[in-house]
Formats: sequence, C-alpha cells, structure tokens
Amino acid sequence: MATYTTSQFKSGLKVILDNDPCSIIENQFVKPGKGQAFSRVKLRNLLNGRVMEKTFKSGESIEAADVHEAAMQYLYTDGESWHFMVTDTYEQHEANAAAMGDAVKWLKEEDMCDVTLWNGQPISVVVPMFVTLQVTETDPGLKGDTSSGGNKPATLETGTVIRVPLFIQEGELLKIDTRSGEYVSRAKE
Amino acid sequence: MYHGPRSRDGRHWRPSTSRRLLLQRAKLLAQLRQFFAARDVLEVETPLLASATVTDIHLASLSCRVEVPGGTRRLYLQTSPEFAMKRLLAAGSGPIYQVCKAFRDNEAGPAHNPEFTMLEWYRPGFDHHRLMDEMDELLAVVLEARSAERLTYQQVFERGLGLDPHHASVLELQSTALRAGIDLAGQGPDDRDGWLHLLMSHTLESDLGRGRPTFVYDYPASQAALARVRSDQDAKEGRGCAVAERFEVYVEGVELANGFHELADGAEQRRRFEADLEQRQASDLDAVPIDERLLAALDAGLPDCAGVALGVDRLLQLSAGVSDLRQVISFPIDLA
Repeated sequence: MATYTTSQFKSGLKVILDNDPCSIIENQFVKPGKGQAFSRVKLRNLLNGRVMEKTFKSGESIEAADVHEAAMQYLYTDGESWHFMVTDTYEQHEANAAAMGDAVKWLKEEDMCDVTLWNGQPISVVVPMFVTLQVTETDPGLKGDTSSGGNKPATLETGTVIRVPLFIQEGELLKIDTRSGEYVSRAKE
Repeated sequence: MYHGPRSRDGRHWRPSTSRRLLLQRAKLLAQLRQFFAARDVLEVETPLLASATVTDIHLASLSCRVEVPGGTRRLYLQTSPEFAMKRLLAAGSGPIYQVCKAFRDNEAGPAHNPEFTMLEWYRPGFDHHRLMDEMDELLAVVLEARSAERLTYQQVFERGLGLDPHHASVLELQSTALRAGIDLAGQGPDDRDGWLHLLMSHTLESDLGRGRPTFVYDYPASQAALARVRSDQDAKEGRGCAVAERFEVYVEGVELANGFHELADGAEQRRRFEADLEQRQASDLDAVPIDERLLAALDAGLPDCAGVALGVDRLLQLSAGVSDLRQVISFPIDLA
C-alpha cells in the first residue's frame, strides 16, 4: 500500500483520510525553533466536496489514494447508473447518482466530460463550463410582457428547467453556464 | 517556501528577490555590524562543517563526507554556531557575535529555508533579562520597533488559553487543543511538550508581537535545550516549578530569535545530550556524535553568559514588510 509522509505533502496530492479520498489543497509547515514540527494541511474530501483542516505531526504518513481523472464520453443512463466511455480505449465506467451530482442537469448523450476515478470507480463528474442544449418546451413569449422580470421557464433536452429571455422559442439551441446554471446566449449548432 | 522540484534546465535562473531587497539586506547587515562594533562585541567566524552537531530530537543536521589527510570523515553542517562559539568564550574571547549560514534538514515552508542566515551573539556577565534589554535596543534600531512587552511562557498560556503550562495535565492540553478547533490526523504529539508546542504554534503564536515585539521567557524546564534551569517557588499556588532561563522573540506573529542564560555545567550538559540520544534511538532518529570538545570547554569553564540566535532572513522580511521569505532570499532551496 503506497503512503506519503508529511515531507511529500503538496497541493494536488490524493490521500485517504477517515476512509475517504481527499485532495490536498494547501500544506503549511509549522515549526518552532525548538520543538516539534507539524504540517497544517487543508484538504478537500473528493466524495462530498467538503474542505477541512488537519494537523499532522511531522514525519507521520498517510495512505495514498488511487485517484485519477480521465476525459470520457457520456453514453446513456439506465435510470440508476450513468455510463461513460474512454473514447480511445473503449473502456467503460458506471457512475451512480452521488458521483453524478449536478452533472445530470447538463449532460446529454455523446458529450465529453471529466470523470474522477477512485479505485477504478467514478466518484465525480465535471461537465464543461459551458454547454449547448436545445429547448424542448417553453411558452411562446408575449411581446411587452415584463411581469415575470423579462424571463420565463424553459425545459431543456436534459429535462432541466432554467429561466430564459422571453424571445426564446422551442427548438432553439442555448449556451448555458454550468457553474451558475444560467442562460448565457443563443447558440449556433 | 518550497515550491517543488524545479527543472534544472535553466528556465528558472532568476533570483526570487529584487535588487531593492538585495540593497536592503546589505544595509541590514551593515546596521548589525555597526550595532555590535559600537558595543565592543567582536565579530568571529567558526566552522560550518564540524565533527559533532546538535542532539536535539527536533533538529535534523545535514552531513557530508569529507576527504582529509588520514581518511574520510563525516562532518555535520551546523544548525547554529553555538558549540564553537562557546568554545571561544571558554577560551576567553569576551563578547562575540557571528553572522553565518545555518542548515536544518526537513525544514522548508513559507517561513523556512533549509539554509538560512543566522545572527548569534554572546554576552559574558549577562543573564537572559539583560540580553533581552539588548535585543530591545537592536530591534529599535533595525525595525524601529517600540520597546517589547515581556511575558512569561506561563502568562502567554494563561492569557490566551486560561491554562497553566507548567501544571496542566496532558488530558487538559488535549481537550484545550480540541476546543481550539485543532483537528489532528494520526496520533498527535508524542509527549506533553509536543502538546504545548501544538498549542503554541496553532493558537498563541500568531497573536504575539502585534504592534510591538513580544519576548516570551522562562520556559518549562523540559524545553530548556541549552539554557539554565532555575527552581521557582510559586508562592500563590504553593507549588514548586522549575523553569528554563530561555527566551523567544516574536514580531508580528513571527518567531525571530531564541536566547538562553547559558548552561555552563558540563556534567548537566552531558546528561541532557545523553537523554537526547536515548530519545533519538527510541524515536528511530539518526544517532549523532556528542560534541566532546564543547563539553571539555564547559568543564574548563564557560563564563557566566547569555546568548541568542536570530533569523536574519526573517528579520529582513519584517523590516522590508514583504509577505514571503522567498522575496528576501536570492535563491531559495528550489532555485539553488
């Protein structure tokens, strides 16, 4: 089993803490002129995204986490799992809802995304910052209607509902910012 | 400080400091030399490579093999010039100071470089309080600092944590660390002093030296290192308590210097070295040779004196008001 000692700590290192895979964000070496040295480490839990600060005694070691990222193509969902493929090896992976998180809102078949694997299992899926999706359903916008603040709900091809300007029609392609979940502009195919 | 291994292909050849800070370093060194010249403290040089080194379990010395007539010798890069300077004092040098490089393995971070510049000076006839007076004068000159506040180690813990560091149990220290939000991975510190170091570095240090320097003095006897230990009678509590006549200097939360009313008893010094070596063995640390020449010098008679070591790179960082130690070192370890 691979381990890292505190002197090897650096940002980006993947380790196991309390049975969960974590990524080191920051490592601060703390040492009085006389006395015991410590590492104050900021880590992100890769399963739930929570950030925590832990103190290690200098020289202590921690188990390495077998975590890596790969670009994959989203294939389909069977309702319980989401299936992905590494396009150059045809190697396939299944992610569960917890690993998918918000990615389900924006992913459509054949889209590329970054999948993080822990011991070969997907634990998180990151979609591109901007995606292009088609509007499948929206009320026709009424000219001059500003009662709803100039926007209206629209259902996208992934089933996600977002607010769009009144002039958007069914069948149009939209550019969406996946970080905020907001409409950016119309998109060309 | 340590930014990971850099490629050695020549892309990163530029210094991490600026010409302005090079000038400021030169000016600081001139100020220090002037300060000691005006006080008739003699500048000396001692070897950076020596046959023995510090035994302190929390200091790791770098060593190298050196070819000399008669064979190969393992020599140690000094973590401070203390041992050799004490041999000069015992030989009758009078007050001395030195500005030199010191080396400590396993120490790299935003406030540490494994090779750093140290100012160390010794004052025969001074105790740690008189040396603190002189430190105050030095900081007034180089940092334009106000006169320092002086707190005992006990006062720092009582003020910050409501805790008596000399009498609190390990359990109390543990629960205080927990309440302070320190989340430990693994087993935590090895011993009582380890818990005190943890609380000092994580919760107390950053508040020390704000607005004016703080001198913390009279440390637990277990953290004496090379300082004298004095028996103190705590009249209020009626509990006896031995303290080490040692002080630390903090400026704006940065630990700047460490001083001792120097232990002059060779037999006591030998006991401390041997206790360190036993602890080194128990902790699976490298064995190091005891400095017999230092012990012989103490036996011959070290004048009653106080001495202090000060980190010059940190001093420059504070006087220049820059955020990162890298900015005051021409080539930190990853660029060296």
